[in-house]
Formats: sequence, C-alpha cells, structure tokens
Amino acid sequence: MSLQEELKGPPPAKLVVDHVSKWFQQKRQNVHALDDVSFDVAEGEFIVIVGPSGCGKSTLLDIIAGLEKPDKGQVLADNQPVLHPGRHRLVMFQESALFPWLNTFGNVMFGLRLKPGLRNSERREVAKFFLHLVGLEKFMEANVHQLSGGMKQRVALARALAPNPRVLLMDEPFAALDAMTREQLYGDIQRIWEKRRKTIIFVTHNVREAACLADRVMIMSPTPGRLRDVFEVKLPRPRDFNNIEIAQHAAELTRALKSYMPNSTLAQT
Amino acid sequence: MRRASLAILFFIALVAIWGAIVRANIWSPILLPSPGSVAEYLAGAFRDGTLLQATAVTLRRLLLGYFIGLAIGLPLGLLTASSKFVEDTIGVLALGLQTLPSVCWVPLALLWFGQTEGAMLFVVIMGTVWSVVIATDTGVRTIPPIFARAARTMGSGPLHKWAYVLLPASLPYLVSGMKQGWAFAWRSLMAAEIYVTILTGFGLGHLLHYGRELNAMDQVIGIMVVIVVIGLLADKILFSPWERFLHRRWGTGRA
Repeated sequence: MSLQEELKGPPPAKLVVDHVSKWFQQKRQNVHALDDVSFDVAEGEFIVIVGPSGCGKSTLLDIIAGLEKPDKGQVLADNQPVLHPGRHRLVMFQESALFPWLNTFGNVMFGLRLKPGLRNSERREVAKFFLHLVGLEKFMEANVHQLSGGMKQRVALARALAPNPRVLLMDEPFAALDAMTREQLYGDIQRIWEKRRKTIIFVTHNVREAACLADRVMIMSPTPGRLRDVFEVKLPRPRDFNNIEIAQHAAELTRALKSYMPNSTLAQT
Repeated sequence: MRRASLAILFFIALVAIWGAIVRANIWSPILLPSPGSVAEYLAGAFRDGTLLQATAVTLRRLLLGYFIGLAIGLPLGLLTASSKFVEDTIGVLALGLQTLPSVCWVPLALLWFGQTEGAMLFVVIMGTVWSVVIATDTGVRTIPPIFARAARTMGSGPLHKWAYVLLPASLPYLVSGMKQGWAFAWRSLMAAEIYVTILTGFGLGHLLHYGRELNAMDQVIGIMVVIVVIGLLADKILFSPWERFLHRRWGTGRA
C-alpha cells in the first residue's frame, strides 16, 4: 500500500450488531448486562450510544472492539464475525491510555508499527500527518505527563486514527475534560470526521454531546442493557455545541431516556 | 554548585569531628584509628596493589552474581504476576525467602560447594533473586489494565504485549527492584567473603576479615569506606541514568 493511499481515504466498512446478549458472573448473582441488542451501522456513519451508567453501553463497545465476547449473538464487521480485537476497529478510551514510557510521537507510532505493509519512513510520515491533523505537531517530542488532559485525548485520537482503522470506537472520550476543552474537541472531532469519513461509534451519557455529534443516536436503558430507541439528528455540520437546536434535540433525548428508566415513576413524584 | 559545595562541606565536617574525637583520646587508637591512619592504610594498599586487586575480585563476583540473579529473577517475577499457579508456588517461596538474611545461606553453600567460588556465587544469587522477583511481580501487577487493552486493540499479540507494553510499563518498579537487588547482592557477597575463605581470589570482604583478625582497625574502617564509595559509584553509574529517564518520561519526582 502506498503512502498516498494510506493518507487518502477510508476503506468501506459496515458493522452489524446481531442479537447480542451478555451476562457477567458475579459473586452471588448473574448480571444481565446486555439483552438482545441489534443494530446496523452504515459506512461513514457517526453513531452515538446514550444511556445512564450501568446500561451496558461500554460493554457493547468492548464487544464490538472484540475485547469481550458476547454470550449470545455476534458482531459482524464487513461480513466477518468479530472474534478478537484488531486494528480495523480502534478504541479511544475515557482515560487517554497513552503509554508513559513513550513520547507523543512514539505513542502515535505504536499502532502504526503493528501495521504491516509500510516502510518505517512512511510510518513516521503518517504519524506526523495525524499529529498535524490534531494540531499537536509542535508537541511530537513532549512526554505524556507534560500534556494537558485535552492534548492527551488529541494524541489518543491521532494514535487511533493513524493506522487507518475502518471503525473508530470512542468510550466517553471527553468525559474527564473540562467544558471549554470539550467544546473545542467537539469541533475537532467533527472537522476530522468530515475529512476522513470514518465510521464512528461513540458512547456517552451526555445527551447534548450526542445531539451535537451524531447522525443517529441510540438510546439504551439499564438492567438489563437494552436498545430502546433510535433518533436521527439531521442538522447541518459542523454543529455548534451551544446551538439552540442542539439543546432542543438534547431535551428530546433526555425525555426519552427518562421514560425508559426503571424508576421513572418515582423520579416524577 | 552551591549544593555540591554544601555536600563537600558536610563530609569535611564529618571527618573533622571524627579527628577531634580521636584527639580527645577517649578510646585507644587501636579501637578508633585516626582519619589520617586510615588514609595512610588506603594509600599503602593502593600502592602495593592489594586494594585494586581485591576490589576487582569482589566486583567480578558481585556483577556475575547480580546479573545471574537478574536473569533468573526478572522472568520469574513476570511469571508470578501472570499465572495464578506460579503465584501460589514460586511467589510464596520468593516472599518467604526474601525475608531470609543472605548470611543464612552461607552454611548451606559451604556444605554444598565447599570453599569455592561456586559457594560465593550461590550466596549472592540467593540474596538477589527473590527481591528482584518481588519487585518485578509488583511492577507488572500495578500496570493499569487499560494499557494492555489499548495495545490489544492496536493488534498487539501476547509476545509483543510483554515486550512492548508490560515490560516498559513496569520499568519504574523494575529499576527500583534492580536497585534493591544490587544492595542485597552487596550484602550477600560481603557475608560470603567474610565466611568463605578461598584461594581463588582475595576480595574486599577478606581484607575486612583479616583486618579484624590482625586488630588493624585502620584497615577495617578503610575497607568499609571503600565499600561505601563503590556502592555510591554503582548507584550513580548503574541506576542514575535509568532514574533520570524515568523522571523525565513519567514526570515523577523532582525535576
């Protein structure tokens, strides 16, 4: 694969979550984490999964990543069942999970080194390209502890994008950041998504974040984790987090979420 | 500069106090020799070559035993951290033996190996291995699991994960474990050299031992000074570069 192809476009991808159920064996009880979850993701689509904590949304993401195995059902990526993790579906975690023994550049190179078919000089070019894309080309030599929280997540984003995965899985990647940094990153992620047209599955409990980023929002409810509803957000991009229409969509999502809460009647009294 | 001169001043003051106590004539000079006579002994031993030779013999034993200890301890530590079975067997053994002072190995070593280099080596290795095992084990266990998860999603297989994630991630613990192992190796070797008298090499421990036999306290204190200085140098040469790297990368400690 040439460097040009490498930098140019995303490969086609389609993801099918097919009747996935998952139980966790705990000391005394069997926790039903996911119950018969099914949905399709089109190529280049931005999906956001919203739900309260304990609704199994992170577990679902782990299953799509191949880090966990479903007890029932399966996940298909490009018609192939997902059996283990692989670089076609990279994950961005809530904590940056950057490696402290490597500098910024080394962290972005980590996944690239594991990708066959590239010369090392090309790998370095790709890493620089993505550090530039997230606006951190000046911090290539910086150590992880010298970066701010927002910068760390940008590096993590560059690291996840660099091996050109077919799907990008994001597990509440901005939850630990302050509001200002977060809004900046909403802009960044939309800009990058427009450019690279990655298929993204983004997990969050923040409804406004969901309305701001998603093509489609999946609503989940807890105990057991179920997929309840799907909302389409058809606003033009790039979207401003503080836009009134985003707020209206968010309110709609909140209403839906509340209606599926098991103790929703209690919450109203 | 200021820090260095303060440190030098401290050690000059220390020697001066020592000299003053000797001049006060409370104890006989046989029990407490003056700094001058210790320096004189060291200069003499340096000139006739005994000091350098003994240092070379000791360091060879030390380094050999230490690196064998590391070569055994590191993989064992990785194993105890990754397998429940090894943890319950070797791990428990290491925890127990780590508390055993290395002098306790001397009688056994003498019976098994006789008055040989092998006995010496055995004691040093036994003194080193267990603390290295424990440190490596702790190091691997304290790695946030998210590192391994992140690496797996990027396509890192089991071997790659060990070499490029778990080992470097536990580096801070490994270095402190290696440092501790070094200190234990020194202790064990001195114990071995004092108790095991052999003709294949005359080490610092032997010099110390004969200093005692001959009631030559200037020799005893002189050798103790040499041992301390070697320990300090080893720290600066062997471990400081690693520690500086760790502080820079991990951002721990003072800059």
